[in-house]
Amino acid sequence: MAEIEIKGVAKRFGAFTALHQIDLTITNQEFMVLLGASGCGKTTLLRIIAGLETPSEGEVWIGGRRVDHLPPRQRGIAMVFQNYAVFPHLTVYENIAFGLRMQKKPQSEVDHRVKRTAELMHIEQLLQRYSGQLSGGQRQRVAVARALAMEPDVILMDEPLSNLDALLRLEMRAELKGVLAHSKTTAIYVTHDQVEAMSLADRIAVMHQGRIVQAASPVEVYRNPAARFVGSFIGNPPMNFLPATKSGEERFIVAGSMLKGPKASGDIEFAIRPEDMDIGPGGIPATVRVVEPLGAHTLITTDVEGKIFRVVLDSNAEAKTGDMLSLVPRADRIRWFDPQSTSAIQ
Amino acid sequence: MTVVTNDLPAVPAAVTDARKAGSGLLIACIVVLCVWVLLPIYLLLVNALSSPAEVTSFPKRMIPSFDFGSLSFFLNFQGVGKALWNSVVVALLTMVLSIGIGAPAGYALSRFDFPGKEAFRFLVLMTRAFPLPLLALPLAVLFIRTGLDDTAFGLAIVHTTLSLPFAVLITFSLFSGIPVELEEAAWTLGCNRWQAFRKVVLPLALPGIAASAVFAFTISWNEVFAAAVLTIENRTLTAFLLQSINVSPLYLKFAGGAALVVPALIFIFAVRKYLFAMWGIANR
Repeated sequence: MAEIEIKGVAKRFGAFTALHQIDLTITNQEFMVLLGASGCGKTTLLRIIAGLETPSEGEVWIGGRRVDHLPPRQRGIAMVFQNYAVFPHLTVYENIAFGLRMQKKPQSEVDHRVKRTAELMHIEQLLQRYSGQLSGGQRQRVAVARALAMEPDVILMDEPLSNLDALLRLEMRAELKGVLAHSKTTAIYVTHDQVEAMSLADRIAVMHQGRIVQAASPVEVYRNPAARFVGSFIGNPPMNFLPATKSGEERFIVAGSMLKGPKASGDIEFAIRPEDMDIGPGGIPATVRVVEPLGAHTLITTDVEGKIFRVVLDSNAEAKTGDMLSLVPRADRIRWFDPQSTSAIQ
Repeated sequence: MTVVTNDLPAVPAAVTDARKAGSGLLIACIVVLCVWVLLPIYLLLVNALSSPAEVTSFPKRMIPSFDFGSLSFFLNFQGVGKALWNSVVVALLTMVLSIGIGAPAGYALSRFDFPGKEAFRFLVLMTRAFPLPLLALPLAVLFIRTGLDDTAFGLAIVHTTLSLPFAVLITFSLFSGIPVELEEAAWTLGCNRWQAFRKVVLPLALPGIAASAVFAFTISWNEVFAAAVLTIENRTLTAFLLQSINVSPLYLKFAGGAALVVPALIFIFAVRKYLFAMWGIANR
């Protein structure tokens, strides 16, 4: 049972500000993913929650207790590291038992919990091995088992899957989600992989240059990006952006076609996801540059007023390089951004 | 096809000649260096393992007769036992002091960022730049005033200053090779700093620390100048041999030399991997 509250946390390394005034609440048993490009401060924030880094300002509360002055061992957390950090001089069994031995649990309970978490992570046949005799995926399982065996209030994961190969990552991702949902632990998970974030998270906090740009459910982050950055960072291919010139009350001209927009005092920016357009009359004129059939869909890269504009169409759509398409955006999927503040306009 | 390849010389003749000359030079250098190092050791061992009569006779034998007359004479020589014991005591004290002071310094260098870190590392090396003879007189005066002269502890302090830079640098590279995440993982699993060090870092660093200790032992074991200046009654083996070298027979010198060289050689050979690591040479 643990809710995490981060209040006004800032971190500076000399003249460099890694985190600006972060405020974030993670509810009990929530799976929160911190998503961002490398250097955005997501790992720093995780390490501050873990107690491996001290904040320059602000407070961290876990389960109603202020913890930012406490060492990691007194915070009721467990952590999974990117490079696994499995102790090489101990067997898998002793690795998983390590935290329990530190808590001076009786041998019967240690044994019970080690066996149970090992079974959960499917490593019960590896208990007598050493880290050097394990593959990357197996080490990752040991690291997760070691954290789970502590039965922590909060489990913190720092890019735990990024050192695994693609296929294994997919498998472990699904397994992690199942195991953590079952354990009813609050989880904070750091990643730069948006697919990982979308598939795991109850809520995603998108970070950019030391700030949380948006913290919302995966679908919300995808459909209603709070800022231009979120739209351009999430989604593969990302959102398309075009300048929208004001031409009357709630009217804007986008690439030659008139669209109904929000109330705004000047020119704004039009944005649409590649899959939210259909071919039809009176749409945005686009010159086809590249056609990439992907099986289920066809990705078409076009040119609209000299800007790259991508559209995902049904795979039976006929288009070839040089064709002119007329792309009609679905009205309910159009988003507008303020070009100055880059935030979304409702 | 084969005709064509035969007609084309793979490498011009001049290049082949230069390569041959180059590898010839390399081999010659290796041979010279090996002879330079190994020949004195070989002669030392041959003579130490020959009977006193054989050592003084002519022509010299090139193969040892495995007669232990010289060695047993050396070991029973008046004062050798005590000098040997002193050497061991001083070397052990040096070992304990170097690791006790050097390992924490190495750990701090590898784990913490503090102002003047690079300057400190440089200073550690700089201590080796002071010639010991320059310091010997003031040291001797200081030691006599404080009553440290002619004691094993006093000499061990001087030897520690000689071995400490190596202890610091070896343990520094050792601790740097242990990922900090292992320690952090231990902290999150309920350890404080000291527990994490004892349960995670120390078991992993122990072989290297032992090697560093052996190296400190060897430095003290081999050191002669400070030992000769600072001790009179409680001489170490090196100082003792230096003192008695003029008045003792040839076979005693050879046996004494071997007694000094062999343990040092064995120790250095045993810990070579860690010494190479300190100097950044890839080892296998």
